[in-house]
Amino acid sequence: MATPGPETVRTGGNTTCVEVTANGSRVILDAGTGLRPLGLELAKDGPQKINICLTHLHLDHIEGLGFFAPFYDPDCEVALWGPPSSVRTLKERVSRYLSAPLFPVEVAQMPARVTFLDAPDGPWEIDGLRLQAHPVSHPGTTFGYRIESDGVALAFIPDHEPALGLKLESLTSDWISGFPVADGATLLLHDSQYTEEEYPGRIGWGHSSISQTVTFAAKAGAEATLLFHHDPVHTDDDLDAHCERAQELWQGDGPPPELAREGMEITL
Amino acid sequence: MATNLSIPISVLDPDGNLVFFNRSAEAMHGMTFEEAGELSATEWPTLFAPRASDGTPIPLEELPVGVALFERRPVHKTIQFTGADGVLREISVTAFPLMGREQELFGAVAIFWHL
Amino acid sequence: MEQSVRQRRQKSLVLILAREFASNLATPIYIADADERLVYFNEPAEQIAGRSFAETGEIPIREWAEMLAPQATDGQPLQREQTPGGIAFAVRRPAHGSLCITGLDGKRREIATTAFPLFGPDEEFHGIMVIFWEQA
Repeated sequence: MATPGPETVRTGGNTTCVEVTANGSRVILDAGTGLRPLGLELAKDGPQKINICLTHLHLDHIEGLGFFAPFYDPDCEVALWGPPSSVRTLKERVSRYLSAPLFPVEVAQMPARVTFLDAPDGPWEIDGLRLQAHPVSHPGTTFGYRIESDGVALAFIPDHEPALGLKLESLTSDWISGFPVADGATLLLHDSQYTEEEYPGRIGWGHSSISQTVTFAAKAGAEATLLFHHDPVHTDDDLDAHCERAQELWQGDGPPPELAREGMEITL
Repeated sequence: MATNLSIPISVLDPDGNLVFFNRSAEAMHGMTFEEAGELSATEWPTLFAPRASDGTPIPLEELPVGVALFERRPVHKTIQFTGADGVLREISVTAFPLMGREQELFGAVAIFWHL
Repeated sequence: MEQSVRQRRQKSLVLILAREFASNLATPIYIADADERLVYFNEPAEQIAGRSFAETGEIPIREWAEMLAPQATDGQPLQREQTPGGIAFAVRRPAHGSLCITGLDGKRREIATTAFPLFGPDEEFHGIMVIFWEQA
């Protein structure tokens, strides 16, 4: 959940939302509360078509949708991509949040033209950006996204427990959840919610310990890694220590992991 | 894993309490797991009335999951099962104990399918 | 080594989770993928197979079946398609049966077997999981 406040001023307290732009194209990854300020920025650009790719529908990854300014612009088009389900459409599943009693505005009432799309099986393109969605280990159907453009690749796996019941170190890459997303990525944004001490009490919760994140990133050969999806109870000081620990553990090629902070802008 | 598979699976704890069944198992139970919640070892046999093919009630310790829990061995049987929707179904069940490396018992898993 | 691993097709999440499940259980289990390759068997299964998975590696399931020489309980040879694993693969439904195998240690064993297909939330077929245990 979102954790704004004096203890998270340096790292930020919004939940997951990442904007990816390349050559004038844009894709938004996840729709946590960070989507709200992003929407206000985008609204300044006037009518446009916006693509949002959801890794999964846990509330911290979709709760920004109701407050996304372009939804309330009749000249905007928003395409929401997400994991498919054989039971309910993406629209039906998202509408469980965007409907009474949880939210006062229904999707049908939103002035923008909103379309709901299942992320396809193989690669697909959005405005020249090449995307791939792969299922990853996390409760409920969850994707990791890989976005490629001009020879660089961003890997986005914000909620992930690749080491569930397994020793990552001893697995070959074909057995590692999320490996195709992160393989040789220019930048990997990966779940690193727990300390090594916290993880044993949270096995199966769908998130990684810092050491598992480091191992995953090294095995995937990611050129750079950002530690992502901070635990709501962790303060800025906790997260700085978290990052120090990751850097201690790092033995892969390339620079050690850094901490993702709200407002970061990274050029690949 | 159970939540990701399309084969019906239910999970019991070491005391025989029903602690989970997946979406594929909902049809047989006649209810969703959200509706059922965890059911005690006395509640779920009463609710689902498992019986032998001749209609004889089967006590917990003789059900496949009971054998798995109390005798700590896998077993396969065909039984009758009445879902919360009142429908009687004949099902095949394979149950096996969930045991750790130190032989500690964590519960049992039942995999079942309609005949 | 890593080069040849990279040439192997990435395992689906369903198989990864199935392996995770099997690797933490005391009940013998083997897993085959949708291409009919044996992709894993757990430590308890090694006791019955008479060899570790590390020694066996990924092999076509037919080769695995030939190694174990399955027979009906009356001693008649069984074709792969007649075994619960073969039925689960071919017909894509669970199956159960008793049969005899000769482990790679040369020991003949009577086993009970339950096999079921692995379908993911996408309803795609990913392989089979076979649980087996020695009968007294």
